[in-house]
Amino acid sequence: MTEMYPVLTDNISRRNRTNIRFRYLVIAGSVITVIPIFLIVGNLAVKGFRQINLAFFTKPAPDTFQAMMAASSGEIIPGGIANGLTGSLLMVVLASLFAIPLGLMTGIYIYENSSLKYARFIRNLTEILQGVPSIILGIIAYIWIVKNITRGYSALAGSVSLAIMMLPLIIRSTEETMRMIPVSIREAAFALGTPYYKMIYKILIPVSFSGLATGVLLALSRILGETAPLMLTALGSPAISLDVTRPVSAVPLLIWDFYNDPNMVSLVWSASLFLMVFVLSMNLLARSVASKHKYI
Amino acid sequence: MNNTPQSNNVLEIRDLSIAYEPGKNAVNGVTASVKRNSITAIMGPSGCGKSTLLRAMNRMHELYPNIRTKGDILLDGQSIFSMSVIELRRKVGMVFQRPNPFPNMTIYENVVAGFSLNDIRLKKSQRDEIVENALRNVTLWDEVKESLYRKGTFLSGGQQQRLCVARAIAFNPEVLLLDEPTSALDPIATSKIEDLLGELKKKYTLVLVTHNMSQAARISDDSMFMYLGELVESGRTGTLFTTPKDPRTEAYLTGKFG
Repeated sequence: MTEMYPVLTDNISRRNRTNIRFRYLVIAGSVITVIPIFLIVGNLAVKGFRQINLAFFTKPAPDTFQAMMAASSGEIIPGGIANGLTGSLLMVVLASLFAIPLGLMTGIYIYENSSLKYARFIRNLTEILQGVPSIILGIIAYIWIVKNITRGYSALAGSVSLAIMMLPLIIRSTEETMRMIPVSIREAAFALGTPYYKMIYKILIPVSFSGLATGVLLALSRILGETAPLMLTALGSPAISLDVTRPVSAVPLLIWDFYNDPNMVSLVWSASLFLMVFVLSMNLLARSVASKHKYI
Repeated sequence: MNNTPQSNNVLEIRDLSIAYEPGKNAVNGVTASVKRNSITAIMGPSGCGKSTLLRAMNRMHELYPNIRTKGDILLDGQSIFSMSVIELRRKVGMVFQRPNPFPNMTIYENVVAGFSLNDIRLKKSQRDEIVENALRNVTLWDEVKESLYRKGTFLSGGQQQRLCVARAIAFNPEVLLLDEPTSALDPIATSKIEDLLGELKKKYTLVLVTHNMSQAARISDDSMFMYLGELVESGRTGTLFTTPKDPRTEAYLTGKFG
């Protein structure tokens, strides 16, 4: 009898102790994970908050002499990140114009033709593209645009490198969102005689809107903080410029510039704080959009 | 078997074979007809090809390029394969197994979706009339007239299914194809749909796929019994249920398989 139904030999209290120990281990692990986030945000807030005022958003970066004068007399460094803001905005808008339509179309194509070899090939390429280091995308944009089209560092080149970064993110999220739409919805549309293109833009895209928007917003927040490819393409500029054929600055590029100037260290913190809060709010926005327009 | 005059048949299926993979016919050489203003039930065990046969009648198979169809289906004497798909699907509407209102559209928009998705422009008054008529026909009007501009997915399963019927009949089709329309519904919602079908056959011709024999017996006028892709037997529902000619039909009806 005992061979057939072995009795539990270890005592229950030992098993309970193991259980409790394991639970505390898991909690400790999660605390260790979030501590750096609080440290980073806290540090940025404490050190960067002093510099954030209206001029921070409306004035371009100061030159090193102005900064040195202010720093030596203990005042707030004049000037701000306006040239970085406009540059970032210009390049992100341009990159979106390239990447959003292309990414949506490619994602829909891959989803609709997932049985085709060519579509699978494209999907694999997309995955590879996602793994390409961003500095290499910068080099590519440098060769394509800086050397051959604008013949000099330019916002256009920066946008192209950022757009290439956005593409795989949008393509993947589009395909995955479309995959969640039940086949029966598509069939309902076809059973009403709906032409294919209309099924896509009147049914598939609206139904999956939240997923598509989330993908786009996450891609945007990803490229907002990107620095490496911009060093080889947009270069940076002390002036506020909206000319796509000229070099422009960007917020992450400014952080790098501030870091390299010992007189502007306090601006590093403010610019970083701003960038972090901005990207964070993009993520929150993505979440609220995702929950608001959720149909599937 | 077929002693009614030709003109009384809305649909004529002629030697129809459908294959999902080459050499494997899911529907094999089916010849049958569907009478006007009646309910024709297609019965059979799972995998016998009854849904496949139904979905051929409005060319849904064209969604899936692997599917090969042979033979012909005539709608009022004209081959459906010679019509434009939009024209065909305006005449042959479809209701699916699971309620599938468009989740991005309101109840109102769902009913007129057939028009808006095909760029058929209507005046507001025409649209209002179509919506009210269609919803009255599916006995949903009184339940939803206060909430026409809410999303269709807020409705209960049975209401959603009636909304889907309304969407299909808003086009005023000749034939309505129903692919196990009650299999996802509870008994009360099911009986409402069955009552509705009895009313709808006055205006439309209904073809109903069901694996529920008692449902077929309750509401259909004619029945077809399919087994392994073949049409084993068809005829008046009363006759087929009481005196089946084929031993396979009898075995199915008495619950020996299926």
